[in-house]
Amino acid sequence: MSASWHRRVFRWFSHPGIQAWTLLGPGMFWLIVFFLVPILIMLAYSFMPRGIYGGVDPGFTLEHYARFFDPLYLDVLQRTFLWSVACTVVCLLLGYPVAYLIARPGRWRHLLLLLVVLPFWTSFLVRTFAMIFLLRDTGLINDWLLRLGLTREPLTILYTPAAVMVGLVYGFLPFMILPVYASLEKLDSSLLEAAEVLGARPSARFWRVTLPLSMPGVIAGSLLVFIPALGSFLTPDLLGGGKQMMIGNLVQNQFSAARNWPFGSAASFIVMVLVLVAVLIYLRIRGREPAGALL
Amino acid sequence: MSTAIPSPPVVQFIRVTKSFGEIKALNDISFEIYAGEFFSLLGPSGCGKTTTLRLLAGLEQPDEGSGEIRLLGRTVNQARPYERPLSMVFQNYALFPHLSVARNVAFGLEQRKTSRAEIDQRVKRALEMVRLDPDLFGRRMPGQLSGGQRQRVALARALVLEPAILLLDEPLGAIDLKLRKDMQLELKALNKQLGTTFIYVTHDQEEALTMSDRIGVMENARLAQLGTPAEVYENPRTAFVASFIGESNFFQGHATKDSRGEWTARGPGLSFRVPDNPQLENGSEVRVAVRPEWMDLCRPDEVPGAENAVIGTIGDIIYLGETIHVVVSVPQVGKVKVAVRNEGQLLKPLAWKRGEPVAVVWLPEECQVLEAG
Repeated sequence: MSASWHRRVFRWFSHPGIQAWTLLGPGMFWLIVFFLVPILIMLAYSFMPRGIYGGVDPGFTLEHYARFFDPLYLDVLQRTFLWSVACTVVCLLLGYPVAYLIARPGRWRHLLLLLVVLPFWTSFLVRTFAMIFLLRDTGLINDWLLRLGLTREPLTILYTPAAVMVGLVYGFLPFMILPVYASLEKLDSSLLEAAEVLGARPSARFWRVTLPLSMPGVIAGSLLVFIPALGSFLTPDLLGGGKQMMIGNLVQNQFSAARNWPFGSAASFIVMVLVLVAVLIYLRIRGREPAGALL
Repeated sequence: MSTAIPSPPVVQFIRVTKSFGEIKALNDISFEIYAGEFFSLLGPSGCGKTTTLRLLAGLEQPDEGSGEIRLLGRTVNQARPYERPLSMVFQNYALFPHLSVARNVAFGLEQRKTSRAEIDQRVKRALEMVRLDPDLFGRRMPGQLSGGQRQRVALARALVLEPAILLLDEPLGAIDLKLRKDMQLELKALNKQLGTTFIYVTHDQEEALTMSDRIGVMENARLAQLGTPAEVYENPRTAFVASFIGESNFFQGHATKDSRGEWTARGPGLSFRVPDNPQLENGSEVRVAVRPEWMDLCRPDEVPGAENAVIGTIGDIIYLGETIHVVVSVPQVGKVKVAVRNEGQLLKPLAWKRGEPVAVVWLPEECQVLEAG
């Protein structure tokens, strides 16, 4: 009699509904408790009056959202948006050729891929600090420039928008290369041969066949760069010296130094809406494929 | 009397070798193809037929310093595919998945800077030529088509360029039998109608026999035989050709010439007469092939005097519809297959039963003397 208990458990588990919940449950629990709940708390905070000693007071107000439309903050938003777009474009221009090269059949493919993901083995913070040593007035770049006699005075690179752009591109380039590589690697080589036999020269072959067929990778890569670029705060802080704020710095400031949690929350939600719009545009372009096809 | 002036060859392969690393995919191949011919390259997989086609297309280059490939009299060894006067239908069709049927067909014309109006007109005509309704199919995407329709689009995309040479790499491989038979006849008709030279790669001997003006049979990176379908079927040069195209029975013996100048071959357990052939020498080893449908069965005591015969026992009887294959076990020779015309088993059943003694007979001139090797 007692030998049949495991059979009963097994039968209970093989019910499709039970099975789905058993598999989904733990992950969903995690997301609800540690992602959805905090977000809802933030959403609530963004509509509540600011407390005198930090935190919030009970009540409802739209003042934080209204405050965001101050030219000072719109300026930050505009800068964030422009820099993120610029970073995405630069990543695409630098990353596509690299992905193209890696996707070509050859024995170096795996080594090159390894080199692309190698930076992930160190913390982003450490790598950004390392960049300071490279870019500062007495850094390696200026050292070389002076030694080669290309400049007399050290160039000011660190704490300029250029330094922020260098850091952003450096940080997000792999997120462009990998999806573009994935779509180029999948490309059926007989399509390229067909194009050539039908009279397409290499440039026409690229613009008419290779590029259109790698668009899913280009779009995925652009989103994977653009979205985190919108929210970045470490790079503009360390390499931009906090002089040119991005929205991430604003949010961080509000939550730490300024102790204005409701305004910080409202600013985060504005960024989130922007990201959502970007994803929706992407899904519209890709047709009705599930969001999981992002990669 | 008018003598036909042979048109210059459209394709010339002159001692071409192609290696991939250590492996020779093509070993010293030479042949010529003439304008308007339907030429098939036939052979098992890995024999080099697809490599030959890819060399023609310019998708591969011959080994350095090994021979010459000429198209329309011009040496093209190093020419890129887009510089060659040809077009190609790929094995998997290679339709551009992001372009509609009409844009796929227009692709080559767009590369040639043809005017929009002319492109539209020629695309329409090409689709009609392969019997696809341009209005119905023009806007569909390749993913929405059946295998047979894709094959037609690929053909239209190649034909719309009106190339001097059309290369076809097993284009019917993925299509079901009935449609394949129809397409074979259509391709043959298009070849005659357009005057385009067709070069067709296949591993299907029946397909090659049906469609070709000439067949190049390939084996192990070499051209085993080149000739009309009747020549390669009825006069195979090697045992490989005899067994790859159709079926054959092989007999082997030592040749001797008698006082009347006729050749007889004697081997273990058999003796048969062989037609005169320059390869024959007194005492030399001779190998012949005989087609199953050229042989007959008769009772061992009724063998006609002029015919070759081996005596054996009836084994398997295989019903094939049009013909019946009777497998006869002959001691010291092995199994001999004889194809008997099926005259209707229900009304007039075969006179032979399994286990009966039987003589397999054939005329001496039906022996195809094979080259050694």
